[in-house]
Amino acid sequence: MTALSLKHLDISYGETQITHGISLDIAEGESFALVGESGSGKSTVLKAVAGLAPQWTGSITVFGQPRSHGIDQHFARHCQMVFQDPYGSLHPRKTIDAILSEPLAIHGIGNQNSRVEDMLVAVGLDRKFRFRYPHQLSGGQRQRVAIARALMLEPKLLLLDEPTSALDVSVQAEILNLLKRLRRQQNLTFLMVTHNLPVVSFLCDRLAVMRHGRIVEIADVADLKRGALQEPYSRELMDISVAHAG
Amino acid sequence: MSAPLLEIENLRVSFPTQKGIIDVVRGVSFTLGRERLGIVGESGSGKSMTGRAILKLIRAPGTIRADTFRFDGIDLLKQTEKAMRRIRGARISMVMQDPKFSLNPVMTVGEQIAEALQTHQRLSRRETQKRVLTMLEAVRIDDPERVAGLYPHEISGGMGQRVMIAMMLIPEPDLLIADEPTSALDVSVQAQVLDIIDEQVRRKGMGLIFISHDLNLVSSYCDRILVMNTGEIVEECQAGELRNAVHPYTRGLIAAIPRLDETRDELPVLDRSAWVAK
Repeated sequence: MTALSLKHLDISYGETQITHGISLDIAEGESFALVGESGSGKSTVLKAVAGLAPQWTGSITVFGQPRSHGIDQHFARHCQMVFQDPYGSLHPRKTIDAILSEPLAIHGIGNQNSRVEDMLVAVGLDRKFRFRYPHQLSGGQRQRVAIARALMLEPKLLLLDEPTSALDVSVQAEILNLLKRLRRQQNLTFLMVTHNLPVVSFLCDRLAVMRHGRIVEIADVADLKRGALQEPYSRELMDISVAHAG
Repeated sequence: MSAPLLEIENLRVSFPTQKGIIDVVRGVSFTLGRERLGIVGESGSGKSMTGRAILKLIRAPGTIRADTFRFDGIDLLKQTEKAMRRIRGARISMVMQDPKFSLNPVMTVGEQIAEALQTHQRLSRRETQKRVLTMLEAVRIDDPERVAGLYPHEISGGMGQRVMIAMMLIPEPDLLIADEPTSALDVSVQAQVLDIIDEQVRRKGMGLIFISHDLNLVSSYCDRILVMNTGEIVEECQAGELRNAVHPYTRGLIAAIPRLDETRDELPVLDRSAWVAK
């Protein structure tokens, strides 16, 4: 089954059109990456799917259901997003418990106490963190909370916007392992935005390279690992990444 | 090589907290010539505090202590705040992480670079203007006259960081400290900005301290590397030898980085139980 299908998606902010004719199909259980430089429109695609950039034409279909332009409670049950900056994405005056219970309250789901507790275990956070505030946690712990919050409604599709770029390499490894394990356990589908190709190589099955609001190439991660991307621009990105690795 | 530019022995930076005094830098020693030195470590390792201590930019109640703390023969610990102001910028300068927060939003780029120069040297307006434009060209800004008239919000992050480098290099310092100079930038722009720093450092024969959490980046742009963990230097090696690092912490950091041709199913993680237990 197709988890997410985008057809001729044109997204605009006011007068400015950001993306041009984005079409993608992501299968259920697949992990798909959007890569490109800042300004290539990759995060905007994610925002449109999440409902944060409502000005689009074309179609967004999630598990066979077309997405509306507005806030969609039913949609939120199937699709959640994890943001880049764990320092900015958690409410500073709510405890971890309140942050994780809120989605349950909104959707009228009972049994909150045990659900919160189970989720803390699932993302590898000690129970003592439950009644702390975000500022008492490290960056990696906060990102675990952000992932936990996204998973509270048991969504099937997770949108990840540079989930590890604000973290140290050792913490990045922990979060990447966590995402990989959760995906396996809960049969999640990932759509991840990143500029870090080695992360794609570790976590994803396919990738799309974006530039100036257009997809220039869709390839298998196997091609990325072999260094066999076709388009000149994709190869350019790959070369930078290789030069980086020294 | 002549006398070292910077000699540091047993540097300690401490902050008082409710639980007593905490040392964030604990007995760091190194010397620096006119070379490129990388300091790597995770957040909280004390690498940035070491960099800031060299400029004496640790605010009270934080304190700096050291057995030796000399820059070009000057004992930095004995310098008054006024004397330090003559050293900062003119002799030692620092490129910060994020151009968005480090440039003055209500001054044009050209004015800010000129201000950096005029603080340390007396020059005519015309001469100043000429130096600013030459400097902007040196950091590969194509249209320096137009860019000099722009405000920080009108330029991109990569360009902002090049402007900051121009501002830091225009008084021609002997030592440049770059604290995560490219972490806020795109991968493709990163390489360009580092190449510019590299080119300028080589051409002017300056010393460079490059502080970063990115081991690969540091090893490709430095001659020598210090690895810091919890306020101490745990390993020192030549950049080319990083792959043969022996300390378990360094090895752990290297192993945790995913590779482009990744085949591991799970990334190795540092054993933090030693820290958590405390």
